[in-house]
Amino acid sequence: MPYEIHGLMPFIYVGLIMLGVVFSLIRFLVGPTAPDRVVATDILTTITTVVLVVLALFFDRQIYLDVALVYAVLAFTAVVAIARFLEGGL
Amino acid sequence: MIGKVIGEIFMIIGGIFMFLASLGLLRMPDVYNRMQTSTKAVTLGAMSSILGVGIIHPAWLPKCLLIIIFILFTNPVSAHAIGRAAYRTGVKLWPGSKCDKYGEYLKEEENA
Amino acid sequence: MHSLILFMVLGLSLVLVVATLVIWLSKDLLVAILASAIVSLIASIFFLVLQAPDVAITEAAIGAGLTTGILLYAMKIAGRYEDD
Repeated sequence: MPYEIHGLMPFIYVGLIMLGVVFSLIRFLVGPTAPDRVVATDILTTITTVVLVVLALFFDRQIYLDVALVYAVLAFTAVVAIARFLEGGL
Repeated sequence: MIGKVIGEIFMIIGGIFMFLASLGLLRMPDVYNRMQTSTKAVTLGAMSSILGVGIIHPAWLPKCLLIIIFILFTNPVSAHAIGRAAYRTGVKLWPGSKCDKYGEYLKEEENA
Repeated sequence: MHSLILFMVLGLSLVLVVATLVIWLSKDLLVAILASAIVSLIASIFFLVLQAPDVAITEAAIGAGLTTGILLYAMKIAGRYEDD
């Protein structure tokens, strides 16, 4: 049975996610130190994975889940690399 | 039909968790509190949302569980790396914080 | 396309523009690298909305790992702060 967007719940859900993205972006802009910005980027990567899965649901195509899978595997390498750089390793 | 309702409830719970995590990221007083509140809560929210999608489409459930497992394994790694890097680069703790175990450990290591 | 997806794309393009402005204006090159990671994230979502999942996979793999690594390596040689 294909999924169709109707009713109030998808709108509330997307609104909550967008508020989360905007709050993370505000912390990225004002964050006093560099680790604050790295934390904001980490939160944005996880929210992006969820947005990819939800878009796969809204478009009703299973192949779109592969993008989220690749992102879930690879997205943390950027954050770990930057954290190692801050620490003085790398 | 019942699966769609249950899945949407899971998704709404996950959305609320992600919203609260971002609110904590905005409102908490120092880097460590922000990392604590945001990384854990956003992991739980992402897991709940993706499980909701898997319940709506039962054919997608194995792939959704795989994504959940990868998020569950990779997110604490990045959080640990950020916390360690923040402490090593000399970010000060919030004045109201009660204990500093990693600092005590580093001091013991220096003395030994 | 549903209006909900259009609303999502509108909000994400706001984030994209702000992150690009950060890349342009920031004097700290580490912040610029983080903002370029955010730009690649949202570009990946936009490729998915434009119904090109193969390009989105490539953008995710290259933008997440490779670009950040190369830019960090370059920044290690060039220095972290941009002097006026």
